[in-house]
Amino acid sequence: MTQVATHAQMQVKEQHQQPPIKLYLVVWGFLFILSACSYFVDYAGLQGYLRWSLILLFMALKAGLIIAIFMHMAWERLALVYAVLLPPVLVLVFVALMMSEANYTALTRMTFFAASP
Amino acid sequence: MAQTIETHTGETLQRPLGLRGVAADLSSDQRAFKNISWGKAMMWIFLLSDTFIFGCFLVAYMTARMSTTIAWPNPSEVFALTIGGHEIPLILIAIMTFVLISSSGTMAMAVNFGYRRDRRTTAIMMLLTAVLGATFVGMQAFEWSKLISEGVRPWENPWGAAQFGSTFFMITGFHGTHVTIGVIFLLIVARKVWRGDFDTERRGFFTSRKGNYEVVEITGLYWHFVDLVWVFIFAFFYLW
Repeated sequence: MTQVATHAQMQVKEQHQQPPIKLYLVVWGFLFILSACSYFVDYAGLQGYLRWSLILLFMALKAGLIIAIFMHMAWERLALVYAVLLPPVLVLVFVALMMSEANYTALTRMTFFAASP
Repeated sequence: MAQTIETHTGETLQRPLGLRGVAADLSSDQRAFKNISWGKAMMWIFLLSDTFIFGCFLVAYMTARMSTTIAWPNPSEVFALTIGGHEIPLILIAIMTFVLISSSGTMAMAVNFGYRRDRRTTAIMMLLTAVLGATFVGMQAFEWSKLISEGVRPWENPWGAAQFGSTFFMITGFHGTHVTIGVIFLLIVARKVWRGDFDTERRGFFTSRKGNYEVVEITGLYWHFVDLVWVFIFAFFYLW
């Protein structure tokens, strides 16, 4: 049974056209440029919201390129794409919860411990 | 038996695309992920669970950094190196990032050559990936020993909030472990490719299953994930 399955899958795979090597080299180049850009954010000493938004932008672009092209997500069926990419979005809810919690902890520390030294 | 074979041949029929396809795949009998093998689906699900592990680490780091009343050490200065008399901020981390991205590039090419059944090039590309991965781990060991010699401990450091040390060792240590496991994984699969296991359908010593070149792609998924996690660590821990 497994034999039949793997043979069928291999045939499907062989029919499936592989993207050209050039695509990987282009993505590789873009990842280098984006990394250099995010390093430059630090090197130039940008601060505040400009720094944070640029860091997040370059991070999102790099992550998107790696997932879509290197991990072949762009060629997968939507059922797998949604099963893998949607659950991590829920982590943002956790982030929001912990931001509120961290603010509360910081406020408590400032109220009760700041005056002691 | 006969029924199983029938359904497998049936899969070559055109399935609906888009959201309708998602509904059709998930509501169909037998399996939801139609055109990928169980090995690849399981690797994706493992990576999803690993995403949550690293997500928890980064959220814990965010909570520690936001709630401390003592100033957070400036990573740009902590990870600076003096090269040729100049203090260059974050340079080691930048080099590590480029090394890891390059290893991802060679891995993607290994997968491509694997499906073209180019045994030699696939193995060489995988070995190159493993070498770059080992370089990354080596540089991380250097970074750790440098910080430890400067007095960084999980409970204290000379520059500010004590949580800096604990989150640093926890997050980079866990990531470094992933890279190390990935290097071992790559070497094992590269040996199989080099020996021609996937061409002669030799059975694995552990599972007794016949492998095919999809194993290279599954290894690649893990390796790209390690790179992906580094993208987030680089952004949130080193640059923020």
